[in-house]
Amino acid sequence: MRFQSLGQYGLVLFALVYLAGVYFVSSPVWMGFTINALIVALAALSWNITGGFGGLSSFGHAALYGTGAYASAILQVKYGFNAWIGFGAGIAAGAAMGALIGGLAFRYGLKGSYFALVTLAFAEVLRICASSFEWTGGGSGLQLKLMPGIAQLQIVDRPWVYTGLLVVVAVVMLLTALIQKSRFGAYLIAIRENEDAAEALGINTYQIKVQAMAISGAFGGLAGVLYLQLWLFIDSTVVYGSAVSVEALIGPIIGGAGTVWGPLLGTLGLHLLGEGTKHLLPNSPGLNFVLYAVVLICALRFLPQGLVGFAARIGVLRKKDQDDA
Amino acid sequence: MSILIIPAILSGMMMGAVYALVALGLTLIYGVLHIINFTHGSLLMLALYVVYFLNFHLGLDPYWVIPFVLPLFFVVGYCLQRGLIAPMSGGSEQNVLLITLAISLMIDNLALYFWTSNTRSVDIAYAYDTVEIFGALLPFGRVVAFVVALAAAPLVWAFMAFTRTGSAIRAVAIEKRGAELVGIDVNHTYAICFGIGTACVALAACLLLPTFYVTPQVGYTFVLVAFTTVVLGGMGSLPGALLAGLLLGIIESLCGLFLGESLGQIGIFLAFILILFFKPSGLFGKRAGA
Amino acid sequence: MKNTFNRRTLLQGSGALALGVSAPSVLRAQTPIVKVGVLEPLTGNLAYNGTQCAAGAKFAAETINAAGGIKSMGGAKIELVIVDAQSRPEVAASAVDTLVEANVCAFTGATASALGLASSQAAAKYNLAQVFSIGTAETVVSRGLPNVFRFTPGVNKCTSIALENLKLLNQGAGNVVKTAAIVHEDGPFGSNMAKILTEELPKQGIQIVETIPHPTPHRDFSNIALRVKASKADILIPSNYINEYTLMARALNQQRVELKAIYSILGGAASNIKFVRENNDVAQYVMDCNHWYDPTKAESKALAAKVAAAGLDLTYDVMVSYATIQVIADALERGASADRQKMIASLAASTFDKSIMPYGPTKFVNGDNTSAQPVNTQIRGDKIELVFPKQYASAEAVFPMPVKKN
Repeated sequence: MRFQSLGQYGLVLFALVYLAGVYFVSSPVWMGFTINALIVALAALSWNITGGFGGLSSFGHAALYGTGAYASAILQVKYGFNAWIGFGAGIAAGAAMGALIGGLAFRYGLKGSYFALVTLAFAEVLRICASSFEWTGGGSGLQLKLMPGIAQLQIVDRPWVYTGLLVVVAVVMLLTALIQKSRFGAYLIAIRENEDAAEALGINTYQIKVQAMAISGAFGGLAGVLYLQLWLFIDSTVVYGSAVSVEALIGPIIGGAGTVWGPLLGTLGLHLLGEGTKHLLPNSPGLNFVLYAVVLICALRFLPQGLVGFAARIGVLRKKDQDDA
Repeated sequence: MSILIIPAILSGMMMGAVYALVALGLTLIYGVLHIINFTHGSLLMLALYVVYFLNFHLGLDPYWVIPFVLPLFFVVGYCLQRGLIAPMSGGSEQNVLLITLAISLMIDNLALYFWTSNTRSVDIAYAYDTVEIFGALLPFGRVVAFVVALAAAPLVWAFMAFTRTGSAIRAVAIEKRGAELVGIDVNHTYAICFGIGTACVALAACLLLPTFYVTPQVGYTFVLVAFTTVVLGGMGSLPGALLAGLLLGIIESLCGLFLGESLGQIGIFLAFILILFFKPSGLFGKRAGA
Repeated sequence: MKNTFNRRTLLQGSGALALGVSAPSVLRAQTPIVKVGVLEPLTGNLAYNGTQCAAGAKFAAETINAAGGIKSMGGAKIELVIVDAQSRPEVAASAVDTLVEANVCAFTGATASALGLASSQAAAKYNLAQVFSIGTAETVVSRGLPNVFRFTPGVNKCTSIALENLKLLNQGAGNVVKTAAIVHEDGPFGSNMAKILTEELPKQGIQIVETIPHPTPHRDFSNIALRVKASKADILIPSNYINEYTLMARALNQQRVELKAIYSILGGAASNIKFVRENNDVAQYVMDCNHWYDPTKAESKALAAKVAAAGLDLTYDVMVSYATIQVIADALERGASADRQKMIASLAASTFDKSIMPYGPTKFVNGDNTSAQPVNTQIRGDKIELVFPKQYASAEAVFPMPVKKN
């Protein structure tokens, strides 16, 4: 993770200062919404693997997030398993769902908007199924028993929740950086840049893409499981709804798709913007979203490469020899 | 259950006609501009409100305001594409998607703020009228929607086939660079196309309101089905959208009847996934999915 | 524009309210203020119900303040802190932080069980009491959280009382109803209700001939109407939200489904005056077992007048939210403290019986108000009348409904 510009150092420094500062603010509001933002950031990091590095824009990452959450919740609620087993199973289920969707979609050569729409359809099918069958709790959703303590991964003390999430996000970002540096990551980026050329060079693009979906699924499942452990309740709309899919892709695009820091920076930025608009327009629910949308459109217009790409142009330190940040 | 099959198929077709109308506009935009347009649902909602207020304040019948609402929404669509989506996206496909999402967030919440989340429906004399066909009682409003949708699709198709603007749109859809070289104003053509697509959704609104309701969230109810219809029919194919809409209506209705209403929509999405896998170009599409 | 100014009037109202509260505090620096939270979904899918609830809370605070505020606290005025749960559980939970920061003594909310579950869990960490306006899922009270107070009845209570009342009505009519069809939304309430009905209705000698769950939103009710018609059920028991209920009522009418009664349980429309106004023909004689106020009380009548003057529709959301603020005000009055911990103790000891709801003295057992009960309403002409239980009734029940003259 070498940065190319002072701007990028500044941006990351700002984020780190903010994340550390949350510990010292007396108001509970900041830590509260930053915890939410970190879970969304995990989903964003998940989307970033396929959407950012691989150029495979998914519009249904809720399928992965929800599968992770449901797998863990079903094991705990219906079969009485320990939350840590659910935690592992959720990640595995997310990865399996990713591989399944990827395996099917890429088998039939879907890309671009077709891939986006098929992932959207998968998420919808899963949502409807989850709300229709007894096994998944049907319309009532699934509620974990309140059993505070690390043994059941239910942490009550908020600073510890926050710290735990920071560690998880850091680990996922580290993994992302390793992927980026690896041969696998290079292949994935090659596929994004020119799939035919990658194929001609002898890369098994199908295999690489399915693997990317599986890794993305594991991260997405992780995000879903942590949501479950935090709020102890899920239903089909909460974890399979299109809002999750939108949040997973909007952060990386605003932050900088295909970068290590982009998803976190974008998600934090958007959540700060959301809180900010709420405080600017406290008595007019709805209008805060309008302001949010206006800023979002402007950001897309003026930061086409995302925050990371924008920061890269400020105070350039060295020639752009490689695309990492 | 078996005596219900024919009425179920018929009422599915009636609902399908509405899907087809919503999809008609979307498929034009999708086929020509190659963008996933998430404002479509919000524009449907906006049109429903316009029709509602024309009825509420001026007592105008939803069907008689069609000549006014259609041009209005053509202009809305034209300005939206030319003034907001095109200049703000800078041409990136991902950005267009997010911009349409942001615009829809904006429209939905403005509607929520100004018109509140109250459900509104028009009070018209024929709200409960039915038409009897093959022993099935079909709501009058749905039958009208069906007939108009069947008539509208060929009209749009004829426009595309036989007018200068229509051939310009087709030229831009196939080969943007080439069209530019022969002197077609691409931005103008895109905006025209977006305008026509929006007018289609306004027509759908006029036909839908007598049998439905409007809330700021109503767009979501139709937008996903509309996407499905577009892909099933083949991106950009007008007859495809019509046929796919009707087909999806029937599939949904029969799945609802046999699997339970909760799972009725599963049929729609399964059909969608199957089509994407086995014939990504759709029923009437020419190109392979790319 | 008689329908378009609800939210804005509401907001102006809240501005005026805040002004009314704070202006005296400037003049007479001693007039204390006590803050009460209102956590409702004001945007998103549940915006309608959330906004109605917020309105109810405002009317209650206005009334209490006009009557001299909290007397044991030196006439302290109630100031509402209204936060938006955006119809999303995690947002509902983090909105609790905002309430804590604003230093509220307790809060009311949150329309949907999924939101209330998240918010009460978050509030538990702060020992902040949540008085549920609506939260029908039984998991709301089964978690053993000490800060949970559900003032209104849950799904089990609603369904069992609805069944008892139905039994009485049916006996009174000579047991004309022998078969039933159930149409319900597939969310937590509807599914749970259907489960209980399937077990209990046969015990009353009523055969269930059709059970049809449907999603929300649902676009077309023709099939459902046809299935109900084909089932030849005597009675239809629906439970769904207002939009779906309206479409269903239309479809039933269009398919000429003949029923002896429509008896909904927490039906979104049958106790919604807007539905009565806009679909008067099909609404006639529809019964609903729902949250409803005691229309005979003077304060209820005053509320109805205020709601009408504000151009709002008087729905049960307004009523229950009004009542929960009354409950909180009573707890403040008795505890004479805005301390969060003391509020929990004070609420737990509540025996309040002066709310606008037709409940006896409040008694929270594990956070569930055991005196809460739903009542039966019936649409008659352009009014919603309370028909059951007898001591609160404003009209006699008509069951089965008279045969229509077509």
